[in-house]
Amino acid sequence: MSGTKLNRRGVLKAGGVIGAGLAMPTIFTSQARAYVNEPTGSDVVLGFNVPQSGAYADEGADELRAYELAVEHLNGGGDGGMLNTFSSKELQGNGILGKKVTYVTGDTQTKSDAARASAQSMIQKDGAIMITGGSSSGVAVAVQNLCQEVGVIFMAGLTHSNDTTGKDRKANGFRHFFNSEMSGRALAPILEANYGTDRNAYHLTADYNWGWTTEGAVKTYTESIGWNTTAAVRTPLGAGDFSQYITPVLNSGADTLILNHYGRDMVNSLTQAVQFGLRDRQVDGKDFVVVVPLYSRLMAQGAGENVKGIFGSTNWHWSLQDEGSKAFVQSFGTKYGFPPSQAAHTCYVQALLYADAAQRAGTFNPCGIVEALEDFEFDGLGNGPTLYRAEDHQCFKPVLVVKGKENPTSQYDLLEVVDVTPTEQITYAPDHPDFQGGELGNCNAGV
Amino acid sequence: MDAILLQILNGLDKGSAYAMIALGLTLIFGTLGVVNFAHGALFMIGAFCAVIMNRVLQLSYEVVDETRVDFLGNPLKVQTPYVEAWFGEFGASIIQYSVPMSIILAIPVMIVLGIGMERGLIKHFYKRPHADQILVTFGLAIVLQEIVKFFFGANPIPQPTPDALRGAIDFGVYLGFEANAVVYPVWRFVYFVFALGLIGAVMIFLNYTTFGMVVRAGMADRETVGILGIDIDKRFTAMFGLAAVVTGVAGAMYTPILSPDYHMGMDFLVLCFVVVVVGGMGSLPGAVAAGFLLGILQSFSAMNEVKAIIPGIDQVIIYLIAVIVLLTRPRGLMGRKGVMEE
Repeated sequence: MSGTKLNRRGVLKAGGVIGAGLAMPTIFTSQARAYVNEPTGSDVVLGFNVPQSGAYADEGADELRAYELAVEHLNGGGDGGMLNTFSSKELQGNGILGKKVTYVTGDTQTKSDAARASAQSMIQKDGAIMITGGSSSGVAVAVQNLCQEVGVIFMAGLTHSNDTTGKDRKANGFRHFFNSEMSGRALAPILEANYGTDRNAYHLTADYNWGWTTEGAVKTYTESIGWNTTAAVRTPLGAGDFSQYITPVLNSGADTLILNHYGRDMVNSLTQAVQFGLRDRQVDGKDFVVVVPLYSRLMAQGAGENVKGIFGSTNWHWSLQDEGSKAFVQSFGTKYGFPPSQAAHTCYVQALLYADAAQRAGTFNPCGIVEALEDFEFDGLGNGPTLYRAEDHQCFKPVLVVKGKENPTSQYDLLEVVDVTPTEQITYAPDHPDFQGGELGNCNAGV
Repeated sequence: MDAILLQILNGLDKGSAYAMIALGLTLIFGTLGVVNFAHGALFMIGAFCAVIMNRVLQLSYEVVDETRVDFLGNPLKVQTPYVEAWFGEFGASIIQYSVPMSIILAIPVMIVLGIGMERGLIKHFYKRPHADQILVTFGLAIVLQEIVKFFFGANPIPQPTPDALRGAIDFGVYLGFEANAVVYPVWRFVYFVFALGLIGAVMIFLNYTTFGMVVRAGMADRETVGILGIDIDKRFTAMFGLAAVVTGVAGAMYTPILSPDYHMGMDFLVLCFVVVVVGGMGSLPGAVAAGFLLGILQSFSAMNEVKAIIPGIDQVIIYLIAVIVLLTRPRGLMGRKGVMEE
């Protein structure tokens, strides 16, 4: 019987072979990997980065519900929702490119650093191939930058600042939601028709990026219809009590208050403006009016009956009667028992658009997705014919002008659509001065 | 002149809230020596007592209205509150008064919560450093916040102002100004009067009742009062409950001014600590005076004319005043010698 003789040379040889063997998969993987987190199994992981705590937690919860519904529909569950009305017929309810869609979630806390950290964790630890969600422009810009650096696609959630697809635009980032410029363009004609051309407007503006761009856009377009801007006062984010900012309005000579506030700030400032009797005032024979450039149904619920008769703009509303909106409201309402918010809608649509782009491109490679989404025209997702413009990755579609309903029939029936502003009216040039200062750059696949 | 008057009025209701919270904080600090960072959460819980009272009064039964449809196209389920069904218009008006009525709920809730907090958690930290007390009470505040968020969500929940107390008073007309030059919401005025009444009642209780006098004696010299055979700890625990009640009802009555949400306590907490420091640690009149003073100054600093001279002053004024007061009067406006000085 001959046994194997263990000597120093043998040990070195065996060690070398084993070491090479262990290193082999890594070598192959790194050489074969075409892009970050390329899915190799039967699943593909999406990362839903939404505010699960903090001031926008309710909006985040609605976004998450929408994403879960989208995943269900992409995997062939439920009634299919907007897959049935989407103009692109690539998605068949068998996942994306034959892979079952799974997801992980992160909590943005509506803080840029926390949002980046949770997105990074989902990309690095969980293998998320795409990040989507959020309810703040600051968060959107931060996460978009991260996704560009790392090499994954970012499908923005609710972000309304011009900068997301303006000076901070990135090749890997895409926004379905409308923006401040579009709000200004959509609102001005309606304000002119209802309140005339001789108005003195007083702006109260949340003192951060979104507030500034919204104030800028609304000022530009209200001044273009002849309105005068009496004052534009910045208020600290989350001030709570805005009375000290509202009382100077009383003696300013202004007959219009424009609240460039969102979320809790909007609820509080509007409620307090009504308490100070602003809506019962008359200035030079004109009724005092309040305008809220960015409305959401969740905010309207918070402000209660104070929203009655107040104009604003919104990306989408559950009462729309197109086939896509009806299908989405039916799916969402049946599953959760209440209608979806505009945040839920934009997130659901973004998930579907990403999946469709991957399907059409035949790959999850971010550069393939970018190519598939750029200048993509689609319909049937609730906003009418829509274009994902290649120059800035911003969706162009009709914008809704809404008004607080005078006689709501339920706690959800708070806004009525008074105008659907056509796309041509809200479209601006890619080199518009308020959107300059940034470049898309090249897509990054992360390798 | 009218603008100045407006800002003074404006500062009164804000100052009322600061004064009541700071009064509660000072009561706890003066008696138990605890720096209670959960005090803002007590204000928030009080506010949610108003929300609960409103929901209780709005408990409804469903009637299906076949003539109307809901958002899914199904027959609309119309909710009718029981009190409205039982008492008609009177019932509907009861719902409008849910905020003042919530005081009936807030008082026992805050007593139980306050005493429970003190006996169950805070008493174990009396002999620990202030840093430990701050950490544990801050942690407790976050826990209370998250519990409220779990049950009520993160969005502000508007609370009704009774019809009779809606709208604004035109103070300017009484003072010779033009109509609508100096208007002030009725409810804010009610809140100011309520605050004066509550603060006055606490002061009378502490100054003119035997219980109050013993407590004040205990605040001045705990050991001597103990030697006299008085169980001062029990009285201090009761004062914790009283402080919680003052802060809780202040929160409940504030809800028509600021729609309650889970985070509202934190928004007030830091400001109220500054109020306590400016007023003087352990000084009840100091806390009240500083509350009103800072509320009014905060309002003034938001005037456009002031901000034109010093941009951004509205966001730092309270801290600036605190720095000035502490530099010139290290014990605060009415601080007592020996408090926090060892």
